[in-house]
Amino acid sequence: MTEIDPQEDNNAETETNSAIPSDQTMYEVPISNSRGQTILHPDRDQYLDTIKKLSEDGFKVCIDVTAVDYLENPERDLPNSISPERFEVVINLLSHQKKERLRLRIQVPESDPVISSIFDFYPGSEALEREVYDLFGIEFEGHPDPTRILMPENWNGHPLRKDYDAGAIPVQFKNAPGAG
Amino acid sequence: MTPVPYRSNLRMLPELGEVTSMTQNETTLESEIADRVFRRGEDSAILRMSESEIQAYKPQDDRRMVVNMGPQHPSTHGVLRLSLEMEGETVIRSKPIIGYLHTGMEKTGEQLSYLQGATNVTRMDYSSPLFSELAFSLATEKLLEIEVPERAKWIRMLMCELNRISSHLLFQATNGMDIGAVGAMIYGWREREEVLRLLEKITGLRMNHNFIRPGGVAADLPDGWRDDTLQILSNLPERLEDFDGLFTGQPIWHERLQGVGVINSEECLALGVTGPLLRSTGYAWDLRKDMPYLHYDQVDFDVLVGTYGDCFDRFAIRLNEIRESIRIVYQILEKMPSGDYRTQDKKITPPPRTRIDESMEALIHHFKIFTEGFKVPAGEVYVAVESPRGELGCYIVSDGGPKPYRMHIRGPSFTNLQVLPHMLQNALVADAVAVISTVDPIMGEVDR
Repeated sequence: MTEIDPQEDNNAETETNSAIPSDQTMYEVPISNSRGQTILHPDRDQYLDTIKKLSEDGFKVCIDVTAVDYLENPERDLPNSISPERFEVVINLLSHQKKERLRLRIQVPESDPVISSIFDFYPGSEALEREVYDLFGIEFEGHPDPTRILMPENWNGHPLRKDYDAGAIPVQFKNAPGAG
Repeated sequence: MTPVPYRSNLRMLPELGEVTSMTQNETTLESEIADRVFRRGEDSAILRMSESEIQAYKPQDDRRMVVNMGPQHPSTHGVLRLSLEMEGETVIRSKPIIGYLHTGMEKTGEQLSYLQGATNVTRMDYSSPLFSELAFSLATEKLLEIEVPERAKWIRMLMCELNRISSHLLFQATNGMDIGAVGAMIYGWREREEVLRLLEKITGLRMNHNFIRPGGVAADLPDGWRDDTLQILSNLPERLEDFDGLFTGQPIWHERLQGVGVINSEECLALGVTGPLLRSTGYAWDLRKDMPYLHYDQVDFDVLVGTYGDCFDRFAIRLNEIRESIRIVYQILEKMPSGDYRTQDKKITPPPRTRIDESMEALIHHFKIFTEGFKVPAGEVYVAVESPRGELGCYIVSDGGPKPYRMHIRGPSFTNLQVLPHMLQNALVADAVAVISTVDPIMGEVDR
């Protein structure tokens, strides 16, 4: 039954290339475009400079810091000069004057999952960075409080990594002990 | 503790983007707290220690002690826990400890198809579930690059504004109860229940509606929805007058809220705070107005701002945002077009039940959508909406499959919680209750 409709799969494959990586730069950083949203791809070593420039240029609010584990999906749209790594830290900035958003995607290798904290520019990133550390195991250098935030303190592993199993508890619906 | 001056003189509101602290010139105290959010060391308002370190921590000054508040404290809105370092009754440093409701919803989101995803996200912010659904659906639609029909957009706006009313009424109820006006709970609950009854009639559920889905909404509006909505809209203003009578002008209410938990615009922006908290400082930022989504650019409403950034402003803004929402709903009723309530893209929308009996293609589509789910082209997007608590964003990474590769919800409550230590510093522990209450965190969204 599932094989009846081959057209659907073709459609999905042709559309995967809709976000074509470009060689343009912005703030001296290669950029790409995903569905009309601008993404900056700074280097891990230089990204604090980019953050500094952006914060001086009106991007006063750090809306979100999160990460993605590309373990099972290493292929993605990146500018040619950027080589993909396992982790990607995603920072969302917002400018109230320009009324626009910018997204930063920074590659973080699996062997050395460390990145500088942006606390000194955006103190609001404190809880968000703790969340990324807790769930992905990416450490933020210079973070004032590098502790777990959502998981218990003595927890092993980082749940949102793709090699961390989701797990399930089997539920007995019928003939369960104690069920009337 | 130096008392913070309040209600002295009105100033002009700052221009958007031009951040000025409203009370900057009034005292030296205010200029000192401009950079307080950047502090790292002992003078910071945050007790930066892990849970076990806090347990073992004995302050050197023997007038100080560490007190644990929550997670079962009745005023902490669920399971928020605060560790307070206190000197007498004054809070010196504090740290919110969260995670008691963490159920790994973002991980769950990776196991569910896009059609099932809305069921998951709706359980995050349980007092305004339709907003999470909306953010998730808008993000999915942006990835799919589809446009939903006009009627679906207006239905979404209607539902969201009704939800905003019910959420702010919930705030009035719990806020009153926290501060000691137990009557508020009865009133707030009564009004909220009427709105929930309408939401139940439209969606089938009081909460966790799963009504806004990628591609449109789950069902068309039922018969008589217009009359029911009008009924609520005509009852509410009078009931809101009751709230004004009970609270807004009351001296006890002023004593408890005015000048308590003061924060300024600059600090709010630095901390990434959004929503009524940011607006209470006099900074007019509302995504509905400034970065409109759906058809919010076609309705007329005001963005409400406060002046002092204190608990009273946050209370007043939420109360009056109900009135603005009523204004918006009246306009939505006028402009509601007829037509489809979901997109007619067969790959995304399940076919109607009757079509399945007649058409082989419909059966196949139905089977494919419900067994495998529809595939979403690879890419990543971030979409944000203005929830009653602030900016609610959804970040989805798709690898071209039927399930999100990564689904992240940027919850406003999570980020807004960061202001707590700064608001609580040098406040009395009794004020902590008022501060937590007016920050209005929903723990389901904080912990996800």
